Amino acid sequence: MKKFIGKRAIASAISLVGLVILVFFLSRLTGDPTDLYLPVDASMQAREQFREINGLNDPLMVQFGRYVADLAVLDFGNSIRRSRPAIDVVLEGFAWTLWLACVTMLLVTFAAIVIGSLAAFRVGGVFDRIATFFSLIGASAPDFWIAIVAIVVFAVNLRWLPTSGTGTIWHWVLPVSVLFIRPFGLILQVVRGSMIGVLSSAYVKTARAKGVRNRPIIFVHGLRNGMLPVITVIGDQAAGILNGAVVVETIFGFPGIGKLMIDSILQRDFNVVLAAIMVSALAIFLMNLLIDLAYALLDPRIRY
Amino acid sequence: MTHTGARPKSGLATVIGLLWRDKFAFCAALFLLVVIGCALIGPLLLEDAATKQNLRGRNAPPFDMERDWEFFFGADALGRPLLVRIIVAAQNTMMIAAGAVFFSALIGSTLGLAAGWLKGRASQVILRLGDVIMSFPSLLLAVIVLYMLDPSVFNIIIVLAITRIPVYLRTARAEVLEVRERMFVQAARVMGASDLRIVFRHILPVVLPTLLTIATLDFAFVMLAESSLSFLGIGIQPPEITWGLMVAQGRPYLTNAWWLSFWPGLAIILTTLSLNLLSNWMRIALDPVQRWRLEMGGRKND
Amino acid sequence: MTDHLLEVCDLSVEFHTAGGTVKAVQDVSWHLDRGETLAILGESGSGKSVSAAAIMNLIDMPPGKITSGRILLNGKDMLKMTAEERRGINGAKIAMIFQDPLAHLNPVYTVGWQIAEMMTTHGTPGPEARERALALLERVGIPQPAEAMAKYPHQFSGGQRQRLMIAMALAFKPDILIADEPTTALDVTVQAQVLALLEELQAETGMGLLLITHDLGVVAEIADRVVVMNSGRIVETGNAAEVYRNPQHPYTKKLIGAAPGKGAMPAERDRGGEPLLRVERLSKHYGAFHALKGVSFTIMPGETVAVVGESGSGKSTLARALLRLEEPSGGQAFYKGRDLVTMAPRDLFGLRREIQMVFQDPTQSLNPRMSVYQLISEAWAIHPEILPRGQWRERVAELLTKVGLSPDMAQRYPHQFSGGQRQRIAIARALALEPRLIVCDEAVSALDVSIQAQVIALLEGLRREFGLSYLFIAHDLPVVRDFADRVIVMKEGEIVEKGTVRQIFEAPRKPYTRALLAASLDPDPEVQARRREARLAEGLLTA
Repeated sequence: MKKFIGKRAIASAISLVGLVILVFFLSRLTGDPTDLYLPVDASMQAREQFREINGLNDPLMVQFGRYVADLAVLDFGNSIRRSRPAIDVVLEGFAWTLWLACVTMLLVTFAAIVIGSLAAFRVGGVFDRIATFFSLIGASAPDFWIAIVAIVVFAVNLRWLPTSGTGTIWHWVLPVSVLFIRPFGLILQVVRGSMIGVLSSAYVKTARAKGVRNRPIIFVHGLRNGMLPVITVIGDQAAGILNGAVVVETIFGFPGIGKLMIDSILQRDFNVVLAAIMVSALAIFLMNLLIDLAYALLDPRIRY
Repeated sequence: MTHTGARPKSGLATVIGLLWRDKFAFCAALFLLVVIGCALIGPLLLEDAATKQNLRGRNAPPFDMERDWEFFFGADALGRPLLVRIIVAAQNTMMIAAGAVFFSALIGSTLGLAAGWLKGRASQVILRLGDVIMSFPSLLLAVIVLYMLDPSVFNIIIVLAITRIPVYLRTARAEVLEVRERMFVQAARVMGASDLRIVFRHILPVVLPTLLTIATLDFAFVMLAESSLSFLGIGIQPPEITWGLMVAQGRPYLTNAWWLSFWPGLAIILTTLSLNLLSNWMRIALDPVQRWRLEMGGRKND
Repeated sequence: MTDHLLEVCDLSVEFHTAGGTVKAVQDVSWHLDRGETLAILGESGSGKSVSAAAIMNLIDMPPGKITSGRILLNGKDMLKMTAEERRGINGAKIAMIFQDPLAHLNPVYTVGWQIAEMMTTHGTPGPEARERALALLERVGIPQPAEAMAKYPHQFSGGQRQRLMIAMALAFKPDILIADEPTTALDVTVQAQVLALLEELQAETGMGLLLITHDLGVVAEIADRVVVMNSGRIVETGNAAEVYRNPQHPYTKKLIGAAPGKGAMPAERDRGGEPLLRVERLSKHYGAFHALKGVSFTIMPGETVAVVGESGSGKSTLARALLRLEEPSGGQAFYKGRDLVTMAPRDLFGLRREIQMVFQDPTQSLNPRMSVYQLISEAWAIHPEILPRGQWRERVAELLTKVGLSPDMAQRYPHQFSGGQRQRIAIARALALEPRLIVCDEAVSALDVSIQAQVIALLEGLRREFGLSYLFIAHDLPVVRDFADRVIVMKEGEIVEKGTVRQIFEAPRKPYTRALLAASLDPDPEVQARRREARLAEGLLTA
């Protein structure tokens, strides 16, 4: 087991290194941030000073070398825009997105598993058709459009919910609901497909021959076997939210890491961009590891 | 049980027959044909109507029977008819998605086939490459393209294509690893077939349906992704037009002119939905083992 | 007249498929009493499993439909009961075990839990169920029962898994046990043990045993009465020994006639000259596991050498290693004097023409997307020097005729043929390269008994016509008796005994060969009864 984790850590580390190199150099290619932070009529002297302070005058390789050295001691530098350590800024944003992702995925998982399993039990039945219909629509809708429509209907016209911000629990309802729809649609489909296969398997036939009732057949015999492909997709979707709930965060003014990343990219705040990427990549690596461990937990035939 | 039957008469007739069994998929296919039609000939016929500004008719509401058919969906902030603009925007939206899917499928599948067949070093390198691409934030890539090169349709296609390569790579590789152990592949090896022959004659035809199904789903995903990028302002830039951009342009007018964002968004949803339905149908129709579900419309016990 | 324990009266079941309505069984009637064993004998497609599925309410009713008949359990019609009543009967009064125990046991739950579930479902409290499960494990002969309770199905061997299923089925002491091809997937020696276990348990509990099988030997070993089915109808019924001695229906006669191992053994031929294939100390290991441990034998031109072994014997590894599908770890194999093991790829390519293979499962070994014509002619696409393209069509027609198929089948696809026909296509494909040696890797094991005989006859005919040699791999001795010249018996990667077919069958020397012979089931119930007594006397059953 330890060997397995070790091997994965090394493999991911290599990917991470490649990523860092690529991102560092490519982000520098988007242009000099000086123009963005100083007023247009700033003097050459002011510009030089700015560059000097932020180490932008040194050759690229030197900048990179300095960066790597700092990384080694977990120093991600300061955010040019906010004058705070980049890592602090990133971790704050990440915490918000993490909450959003967890709440959403928990709801999605529970709903998709229950509804998908019941739909698979009577394939082609009324419940199945309705569930499939809604899940397909859900999987097809662009989140920004739903967000806009939701705001217009619920916040502006009906005034039930706030339009943006993060104050109360009511502020969470719309963002979570909007984020919920697409993963729910997708995962419901996957659960349904997987459970259809599982419910027609030989060991379920044995369970029926034993006289086991319907509910245990679906949720005890069937579910655990059907979860394996579903877990992969859950992981993918969760990664998607962690990486890019940008649109939802932007529309609802949620200070998450997606919004932070895009703002930093547009403002050319390199340190924050890099720190954000590192944190995201690390989170994804950990999640993939958790998923592999979940496989082993679910299926005793898988042993590392 | 023995079936004795000659091969069906024509490929197209069979496909239409199978489609007809699944009414939803049939409607979806029809709708997509309409969309493709719009994409192909829309700009040719309606380019002028789409760009003609009519400042008196700004933000005109939809369903107004007094005016021309073009204004059935209403007009945008510059008085341009929405229905026509949607038809014209279909071309860019479709072209970008189609282009991205085509390139990513081609490159990703080839890499995946190689990774699955070759084993060893080459396979590992290709896998790692896929991993790196997967962890690369597509936003960053989009912005870089925007600032470095010009944000043309072609460049957006490339950006989106690169981010989707890992999907095809992983799937193709997993399928190849499974198919290569099958008995008919062993039989081909025993006959002395070369690697190339085995991969292209025996393995690829088995893997292709899965890839096609994924490509159809992916088309929808890329459409949504492009729309999101345009919505955020880092995708297609005006005066080029896509549905996503139209939704973004309508955002400031949400409270008083909801139709500006609504109709393009609806177009996106319907197209994506059709693609999903079609993809579901393809998964069953292209698999000779599962095809009976469409041929009889139910479950069979053996 | 008292009620039978279980009686099926005029049962008809049909299925709606794409090709129309299929009548799975028509007007089937049979009965089962306490303490007796009834066998339903039939080949694939005969409908033998359908009545059992109807009894257990396992038929999916939308495509399936029971169009007529009654199923009486102690006189009460089950088809008129509510779903809840049927559910209560399943497992409690009537239990069932299936053909492939690995697929039929839930892979993610422990064995102990699954056995206990049979009892807890029908009301037994948990701790009591677990205790009884442990006792059951011991009774069916699972080693170290206490540890076994916490293990998972994949951690047991095939024979042990079937014992687990039996333990599970008997947990609630049912009146009837239905066994659907329980030993088909098992090794020959294990098969005998499992059948013996079933008999013991039946004697102990007095339950009725319904056995569904395609194997006359199983019927001979364990059945009191037999019902013979063909194409959904019962063609003959009666006492097992009676039916064997005096079959009435032509189909029954055909089945009995096709049983392997009854014909004359091939006369010994003196084959002088150089061996076609000489294998010396061939070995193959996967890491620490040695699949082949230094195997040596020869094949003379025009000869059929059979390799017989159970699972894990290494016989398939041998075939794959000879064809270089796997790389041997050591040893040599001289084909016409040249070593196959160390041959360079280019020379190996040329040699592909001389050595070919027919695989076990024709459904899997024929690419489902290629037509028969494409499948056969691919050989010439790979080796263009054999035949110019213009003559391909003609030659495919020739080959199809040779294997007993009609030339106009060339445009069809594999799924349009039956199992036996598909294997013939596979043989035609092997012949296309005009080989001298064909390796048949369990080529008839997946076929029905009556088809097996036909395919073996075909192979024999082809051998005489083209002067071929065969390396024929099988898991069962009777199959090779009428067909092989020499026999090699393998066990755990090594050759246990080699000899002419007469030597092996009439005067086996090694204990394993004798055990293998003893475990194979003779279709004649009386012969089988005698054998059983001999086995008990020798104590080989408990081995």
